[in-house]
Amino acid sequence: MTINASGEDVLKEVLLVEDSPGDVRLTREAFRDFDQTVRLHVAMDGVDAIAFLRHEGHYANAPRPDFILLDLNLPKMDGREVLACIKKDESLKTIPTIILTTSDAEVDIAKSYQLQANCYLIKPVQLDEFENLIKSTSDFWLTKVKLKQQTQAR
Amino acid sequence: MPLEVLLVEDSPGDVRLTQEAFRKAGTRINLHVAVDGIAAMDFLKRQGIHGHAPRPDFILLDLNLPKMDGREVLASIKDDDDLKTIPTIILTTSADEGDILKSYQLQANCYLNKPVQLDEFETVVKTINVFWLTMAKLPPRLDSFRERDR
Repeated sequence: MTINASGEDVLKEVLLVEDSPGDVRLTREAFRDFDQTVRLHVAMDGVDAIAFLRHEGHYANAPRPDFILLDLNLPKMDGREVLACIKKDESLKTIPTIILTTSDAEVDIAKSYQLQANCYLIKPVQLDEFENLIKSTSDFWLTKVKLKQQTQAR
Repeated sequence: MPLEVLLVEDSPGDVRLTQEAFRKAGTRINLHVAVDGIAAMDFLKRQGIHGHAPRPDFILLDLNLPKMDGREVLASIKDDDDLKTIPTIILTTSADEGDILKSYQLQANCYLNKPVQLDEFETVVKTINVFWLTMAKLPPRLDSFRERDR
């Protein structure tokens, strides 16, 4: 989170790892409607997500996300690998990583919790349910949950 | 089927408030209470009087506990390949940065502050109820595995 001089968190940084442009747009709109202090960053595949988190290449100035919304089925490097990578990294493992996927397969749910996903959400097909889910997620993770305070790594 | 929730909390007042708040929220849960860290681990490992304890669908864990503290309980849960998949939510009065960081390092699923005000406390329980019990997909129940395990 970005902290201003008086110690308030002014912007909340959320990394969305999602390859579907439609879902990216819906998520962006739901956040915009609900919490305008959220700055949504998008990585379209797993390799891109890891580059963002490690400040590689053109992500040198990327902020550390307050939390990550991670799809499971992604091109190049899939969500399970991204999750494993995050949770094996001493610096990144403290970032709450929430799986957001259409998969309701028990094996995916169990595997995600084994890899220490912080929580698992199923992407609803209905638009209003999807908006509702993003609102609840934002409300819970950005206002109720205590996140690790961290100024941006620059 | 009601959800099985393990509350690890040594304050009888907070236990009662949590029970009442869940009741008000209207979700069918079986709330099990462990009043210290050792009792929590006995429950989770089905030792002693907890031989037939159900596997919790999720755990609410206080940090400051007698005998074995919440940080140790969390570390034990997340070190155990069988128990690590149970979502474990820290619910504590501590707002200490060190406690927050340590809990996430130990892979707590999330960290919530226990408010002192009664109405705020109810709101937090309601939020847990809405988010974790209706929105989030909890790990699948491994009933066959549990039976074999006994």
